Amino acid sequence: MSDRIMGGVGLLLAAFFIWQATLIKESFISDPVGPKIFPIIIGLLVGISSLAILLKPDDEPEWPDFSRLFEVGLTVVVMIAYAYALPIAGFVVSTAVAAGYLSWRLGTPPIKAVIAGIVISVGIFVIFNLILGLSLARGPWGF
Amino acid sequence: MDSLYALAHGFSIALTFQNLGLALIGCFLGTIIGALPGLGPSNGVAILIPLAFTLGLPATPALILLTSVYYGAMYGGRISSILLNIPGDEPALMTTLDGYPMAKKGMAGEALALSGLASFVGAFFATWGLVFLAPQLVKVALLFGPAEYFALFALAFATLGGIASKNQAKAALAAGLGLGIAMIGVDGQTGVPRFSFGEVHLYDGIDFLVAIAGLFALSEVFIFLEHRGTAKATGDASGVKLGRITPPWSMIKQTAPTMARSTVLGFLAGVLPGAGASLGSFIAYSVEKRLVDKDKTFGTGDPRGVAAPEAGNNAAAGGALVPMLALGVPGSGTTAVLLAMLLALNITPGPLLFTANPDVVWGLIAALFIGNFMLLIMNIPMVSLFVRVLLVPSRYLMPAVAMISFVGIYGISGSTFDLMVMVFFGVLGWVLRKLDVPLVPVILGVLLGNQMEANLRRAMTISDGEWSTLVASPLAIGLWAFAFFGFILPIVAGRFFRSKLPRTDSDTDPD
Repeated sequence: MSDRIMGGVGLLLAAFFIWQATLIKESFISDPVGPKIFPIIIGLLVGISSLAILLKPDDEPEWPDFSRLFEVGLTVVVMIAYAYALPIAGFVVSTAVAAGYLSWRLGTPPIKAVIAGIVISVGIFVIFNLILGLSLARGPWGF
Repeated sequence: MDSLYALAHGFSIALTFQNLGLALIGCFLGTIIGALPGLGPSNGVAILIPLAFTLGLPATPALILLTSVYYGAMYGGRISSILLNIPGDEPALMTTLDGYPMAKKGMAGEALALSGLASFVGAFFATWGLVFLAPQLVKVALLFGPAEYFALFALAFATLGGIASKNQAKAALAAGLGLGIAMIGVDGQTGVPRFSFGEVHLYDGIDFLVAIAGLFALSEVFIFLEHRGTAKATGDASGVKLGRITPPWSMIKQTAPTMARSTVLGFLAGVLPGAGASLGSFIAYSVEKRLVDKDKTFGTGDPRGVAAPEAGNNAAAGGALVPMLALGVPGSGTTAVLLAMLLALNITPGPLLFTANPDVVWGLIAALFIGNFMLLIMNIPMVSLFVRVLLVPSRYLMPAVAMISFVGIYGISGSTFDLMVMVFFGVLGWVLRKLDVPLVPVILGVLLGNQMEANLRRAMTISDGEWSTLVASPLAIGLWAFAFFGFILPIVAGRFFRSKLPRTDSDTDPD
């Protein structure tokens, strides 16, 4: 079933891609091929391979149960929040929180996870910022 | 002979203090990355590329660092295969077949030392192969026009999809996805924005470093998260006794012919675009099994069964650099990632690289020789050090890997948007891996898409819109034929091949 869904999604994607390709504006400078044709070829490739997957799916992959899917989803949310937080809270604080969260979810007991987060964050800061001179995101406290 | 002079010049570049230091760091980090279950050369290089880039290293040192990581990871992959029966990456898979039984028999030390030696033999002679073959291939490549390049790119996709994956349709879909992503941004020829939906951030297109870091590094974190608490996520090497870590002379003598044959086979498998190191170790092991396994000892801890795949996959790693440097077409997933590095440094691999940037090419090749000796020393006498690395639990390691990926990408652009794109690619990579869609064609598509289109359009401009120009020369026809058979033959022979090839994705069942 997963492969059939993927095939279906692929077909929709291909159709959308080709439709969008036809909307690309031609420029006054152009060559015999133009900016549309190669994307349309790619769209056809995606379409045909999706159709093949839809018609001849592989065995069902092993999907994790709901709690694990939720776990992965929540981690994605944390990562996006991390990206937003970087310029605001600075590297060390945001990284300690994100790394600690990840470590906790990967099975570290809470207190050790907090320590792991701080160690990872400060470790990266020391190696990359202080030793290698890479500029990391500065927060209100300068680190 | 010219090659030897050029190589001597290369040594003068590689032997500077900075470059030697980078090679040493790269070899060390690479061996650790390779040794850790789940992290292989492509993830390793993918994590470190953005870093090397943000550190502002010039082209030659950056490449030396990353290829040392590449070679190092190829060496290190065997450690967890032998000790834990968990291959660190695909090419190390075949090493589990005899390596783990050897370790169970109490010969872990011998198996590690012998495989380290086999890795050295494979990589060392493959690097010589690179010295002599790449310049020859460059001469052929000078005959390539835009139409031939277009066909060559198609060949790379076809063989990657055909040989290296289990389902051709999925490989084709993966290539299409990657190529489609490459189309995002302003068209190089006409300056028209495509697929950017009015989003200014997308005008520059998707940076392939962001795509690589997401697809390889972050998706690995999600996989670990999913398998938390299972044997796949936690290797345990604490109970392993190493025993002696020098192989007995008789074992070296017994395996020498095996190493020689496997090196040749592995190198050839590496040179084929798209085939890569997994095929190298697979072919080396199967051929050796057919040739010398008279007493049916393969699979029960036969030293030859350890030497063959290790010589094979390390030779393939060297072989894969031949088409990458000479044609700009990567021979494996990791060389695709290295190609990204070159492109990011504004160096276009291909025939002109050897004349325009001889320092880069020959400095790199010389560094590979030096790196091999460093790796030999690290991987035989110092192997117990790396074994200890296996004791670091992934629950501490994976957060660090994720954070370093973020640092690398943020360091390049300082843009939050790129970080989001990376997370998006991480999720995409995770889903694709679950669905058994190979990631390497996606990356290859993102990398080569614009060049592939540019060559197509250049060819069409020269021919004034005549499509038959794509098959006008014998060379182009030959390439298309190879591409066709590379894609079609595995479908026919697939059942045979697939039944022999164990599952090669990261979900590999240790049993």
